[in-house]
Amino acid sequence: MATTGYVIKSLINLIKIRSIRYASGITFVPSQADPSLGEISKMNLCQAINNAIDIAMGSDSSTCLFGEDVAFGGVFRCTVGLQEKYGKDRVFNTPICEQGIAGFGIGLAVCGSTAIAEIQFADYIFPAFDQIVNEAAKYRYRSGNLFNCGKLTIRATWGAVGHGGLYHSQSPEAYFTHTPGLKVVVPRGPIQAKGLLLSCIRNENPCIFFEPKLLYRAAVEDVPIGDYETELEQAEVVKEGKDITVVSWGTQLHVALDAAKVAEEEIGVSCEVIDLRTILPWDIDTVAKSVKKTGHLIITHEAPITSGFAAEISTKERCFFHLEAPISRVCGWDTPFPHIFEPFYLPTKWRIIEAIKKLIDFQH
Amino acid sequence: MLAKFRQYFIQTYTQLSSMLALRENIPSFSLRFCNTKSDFRINEFTDKYLSHRKAEFTEKLEIISSTYQPTIPIYRVTNSEGQFIDPNYDLDLTKEIAIKMYQNMITLHQMDKILYDSQRQGRISFYLTNTGEEAAQIGSTAALEDTDLIYGQYRETGSLLYRGFPLENFMHQCYGNAKDIGGGKQMPIHYGSSEHHFVTISSTLATQLPQAVGSAYAFKREKNGRIVLAYFGEGAASEGDAHGAMNMASTLKCPVIFFCRNNGYAISTPTTEQYGGDGIAGKAIGYGIHVIRVDGNDLIAVYNATKAARQMAMENEPILIEAMTYRLGHHSTSDDSTAYRSNEEVNIWQQNDNPIIRFRTVLQNMEWWNDEEEMVYRQKAQKEIMKAFLYAEKIPKPNILSMFDDVYKEMPKNLQEQRDELAEHLNNYGRYYPMKNFEGT
Repeated sequence: MATTGYVIKSLINLIKIRSIRYASGITFVPSQADPSLGEISKMNLCQAINNAIDIAMGSDSSTCLFGEDVAFGGVFRCTVGLQEKYGKDRVFNTPICEQGIAGFGIGLAVCGSTAIAEIQFADYIFPAFDQIVNEAAKYRYRSGNLFNCGKLTIRATWGAVGHGGLYHSQSPEAYFTHTPGLKVVVPRGPIQAKGLLLSCIRNENPCIFFEPKLLYRAAVEDVPIGDYETELEQAEVVKEGKDITVVSWGTQLHVALDAAKVAEEEIGVSCEVIDLRTILPWDIDTVAKSVKKTGHLIITHEAPITSGFAAEISTKERCFFHLEAPISRVCGWDTPFPHIFEPFYLPTKWRIIEAIKKLIDFQH
Repeated sequence: MLAKFRQYFIQTYTQLSSMLALRENIPSFSLRFCNTKSDFRINEFTDKYLSHRKAEFTEKLEIISSTYQPTIPIYRVTNSEGQFIDPNYDLDLTKEIAIKMYQNMITLHQMDKILYDSQRQGRISFYLTNTGEEAAQIGSTAALEDTDLIYGQYRETGSLLYRGFPLENFMHQCYGNAKDIGGGKQMPIHYGSSEHHFVTISSTLATQLPQAVGSAYAFKREKNGRIVLAYFGEGAASEGDAHGAMNMASTLKCPVIFFCRNNGYAISTPTTEQYGGDGIAGKAIGYGIHVIRVDGNDLIAVYNATKAARQMAMENEPILIEAMTYRLGHHSTSDDSTAYRSNEEVNIWQQNDNPIIRFRTVLQNMEWWNDEEEMVYRQKAQKEIMKAFLYAEKIPKPNILSMFDDVYKEMPKNLQEQRDELAEHLNNYGRYYPMKNFEGT
């Protein structure tokens, strides 16, 4: 009896936690896989990533997976079962030292091994900034292609999670997009995560792969179980529209889709929503084509607005004569990522809706 | 076999037993039956917390002084005059290798002089000499197999020279001309050669150290019999990357040699302002990696130490060598070292402990070398260096648009556009740019 009471109490508490955790109001919008990719299975984002690494390790015996706490399956369970399957020499823990992890990964890749390095949170990638920006990104260039670390992929959990505060919520992609030589990729769901991660691992350039941690469990899709790759540097038009182009990536893409839905139903504005997917080098053609059609552009990301990647997208001089209104950026504020104020910090769907209204009402 | 014997039997008893325990692969998570709770805890601490080092409880409150352990001694074979300390010393070195090492030291010294002067004349933009550290570089590289991978810092030109990197290639790199295999992208002295297994140098200090560990791990998995040696200075050892690298090499058991050139200065900073402990060698024990400190101006000692270290590395036992030496030259052509050290100090080192003179004495005493050979070789080297130098000077700079190559394996669209933009710009404004020095666009 007491036990039952305890269980019920716990459940009530859990519901309370849930309501806090999803304060940012993300509604995950699942995608459909290309039917030509064959048999599918339900996977959340964690499982899709695990599946991608599993396939990568199975198809290339030089592949090693390493980082803090990956051996027992990782703090987000993305690497569960891989050590048992591939052995301790291929899946192993490292000391807690991000610059060491990145440098070690470069060294493996220099000798032709495939290296999948995990940084536990993107917030903690900064100790490795020097290794990534001064070393990994410049290896091929500076040596005249005598040496390269193209077989390095760095995975890191990324983005808001409802209660991550300053150091479990950051979206540092813009820091890296200022570095020629890197590829920076952010998936929006399990199907994509698997295809894009396999592409990153097999790509001949160092890649940073950011995994939206809010979606690890919340995002479930029917993911093809086979080996497939999703092309890098290709944006995807997730929803067609004719009045406004909305560009985003990762978790925020779902916020944008949500806002587009509301805008359509309540104010009759048709939004075209584009998932950028690869942030560096980015697919300007897909975005420009859409903006030429709609004449309006909104870019939205969780990271702070000043020098965020939206600034780069909005200054491309490709659509000047097609723009009916100034380009709008809906982003995080220029503050560190706060804990208790998260619902007010994030670029919510309401802020995107407001931006849509302003664009449509814009008077020359 | 002998190396194995040394490795396992010169250890103290506790280390020996723990080694054997390791070798028998007793899983560390098995709980043993113990007589007392104290025994249980000591066993736990020993097996799980202290890398199989036997700990004891003590009731004596005693804070351990940093000088608790004796200073690590400096291994040498000859004295500063080039005499064998042990008159019956059995030299483990062929005449052929000895001569090659010596000739390389001479060549390096002369090349340094010519290139240093050429920078002073404004012919190349930058240079950095190896003066005083020729033995540390060449003695260590000579003790490796040619296929062992070397990561350097930037004062290891002698290593690449020993491996047979052609003279003109050094010059092409310093001039950044069209024949530079590095594509003319980096500052002078940032050499690299995949053919000679010498990873391209970068300016960032100590970044090569965790990379060397990763490469060593790859070799270990491939079981290809190769090891990795990474050079760095005592200043770079203060970087976080050095800490990360040694710690990872230890926990991941990598076939790597960390080779520190402790030359007393990091630009203007003396070692007293760089660390407070027993040099760099003193750090190794804390990381659980093997260590030897060697007289860096004693070519034979450096060679022997590196050869023994290579044996250890082959057993996946990482090891640190600290070579004690002195930076006789300025830090670089951008530095005037008289601003922070006296000429007198430099001269005393030059007179009392010059690695080249020291080894020359050894060779002459063994009748492997004489004054005439010295003169002939110096003239020949001088001629070859000048020839390579003048040849490289005449080669035009690379194609301007190759500036966009190798950022990525393929060229992304935005880079193609930028390349075209520059080409177009040069069509219109070429007369304002140093076009004539570069290969046609």
